[in-house]
Parts: sequence; C-alpha cells; structure tokens
Amino acid sequence: MNDVSTNAYVLLSAILFTIGVVGVLTRRNAIVMFMSVELMLNSANLALIAFSRARAESDGQVITFFVIAVAAAEVAVGLALLVSIFRAKQTTNVDDVSTLKG
Amino acid sequence: MATVIFYLTAIVAILAALAMVLSPNAVHSALFLILNFCSVAVLYLLLRAPFLAAVQVTVYAGAIMVLFLFVIMLLGAEKADLGTEPIGWQKPVAILLGIVLLVEGGYVAYRGIRLPDMTAVEATNIGDPVTISSVLFSKYLLPFEIISILLLVAIIGTVVLTRRDRAHLREEA
Repeated sequence: MNDVSTNAYVLLSAILFTIGVVGVLTRRNAIVMFMSVELMLNSANLALIAFSRARAESDGQVITFFVIAVAAAEVAVGLALLVSIFRAKQTTNVDDVSTLKG
Repeated sequence: MATVIFYLTAIVAILAALAMVLSPNAVHSALFLILNFCSVAVLYLLLRAPFLAAVQVTVYAGAIMVLFLFVIMLLGAEKADLGTEPIGWQKPVAILLGIVLLVEGGYVAYRGIRLPDMTAVEATNIGDPVTISSVLFSKYLLPFEIISILLLVAIIGTVVLTRRDRAHLREEA
C-alpha cells in the first residue's frame, strides 16, 4: 500500500485552514463565522493526525480527541451566546452588535 | 489506490469548504460543512485513525452540526448577510491576506518539514481504541480530567446564558 506523503496532508490542512480564516474575515453572519472556526479546528486536527502517523505515535490522535471535546464545549457556549444576543437584538449579524463601540 | 482516494476526498473537502464559506444560506453552509467533516473522516481512515474517524462522524458531523442546524432553524437566521458592508476594503484585503497565508503554509508544508521515514510505521497500529485509550488514561490523564471539568463548566454556562430571569418571565405572563 503506497501511502500519501505527510506533506500532502499538511498542505490540504493549510488550504482548509485558509478557507476558514477567509470565512471568518468576510462573512457577517455570526453562525457562519462559527462554522468557519470549526473548519479551522478541523484542519488543525487533520495536521495533528498526519504528524501522528509520520511519527508512529498515538499522542497526536489523543490531542485531536481533546480538540474535539474543546470544540464541542465552545460550540455549546457560543451558540448559547448567539441565542441570547438574538433575543436582545433580533439579529445574528455581527455588525449590528456594536453597542460597546465608542 | 490510496493516492486516488486521497486526491478525490481532498477535492471534495476543499470544494465543500469553499461552498460553505460562499453559500448565502446558513442552512446550506451547515450541510456543506457536514460534507467536509465526513470527507475529513475518510482521510482519517486513510491515516490509520479509525477510532477518530468514528468520533469525527458521531461528535462533529452528528452532535455539533445538529446543534448548529437546530440553532439556525430556531432563530430563523438562515438569510444572507451579503450586501451590508460598512467597510468596503475589508473583504478584498481579507482575501489577499488569506492567499498570503496559504502561500506561506504551502511553502512550509513542502519545504520546511523534515519528517522521519514512514516505512517503519506500517506494522504499528497507532489508531485503534486500545492504543489510544492506554495513552489517554496514562500519559494524558490530567488533561482528560481537566476536559471533564471544562465540559461541566460549558454545560453550566449554557444553561445560565440561555435562561431568562424570573422577573422578566413574570412581566410577560
């Protein structure tokens, strides 16, 4: 079984991460921005697992496990924040939530 | 064979990610993100991480994305955010900086990394649940416990954030 090189996986991870970054920077819907953050976390996971295979150690996969748990906690709190913002302002557009702006 | 599967899945993952960012409807974005997560799970299988592929599908594509879809449909927030841009130059600059980041990342991926030879890896099974759990419950026991506290804090935080206060409810009633 001829394997794909780790470099190809890291390059794919970099591409997905960049798409996530551009998504956070260009979109104004807070939910889509959240999903772009998830995409970035996921691309970091892909790089971690690729390195885990390259070094023949399980550590990278265990850290990926932690990243998934942290992402679950982050999504729960973030979506709760969105729901309470929506209750107060009836919007998920981040430009409309600028009450603190001087 | 593995190479063909890798490139097909990588193309699907990249196209799904692009469609997620570009699609004006948030529900479509969430569905494209699920497609992206599933194709990354296939890549995990190629990387000999079957346990994490299963976790990816159940936790990420299952639990987290269902939560996303639930909130989108609860709030009715799937409409487009396009057309309202207070800072005109922000979007092109963001895309330009994204391309710069991609070039840097690609350069590092192809030139910067010195990796050990992978021929010795074939025999080991680093991704099966037994190996992962033996590492998880010995070397990473403290982070594991901290994660459990973090999840508890997230549960309490979610309940506190979404709870309406009693006085407010009495006013409405």
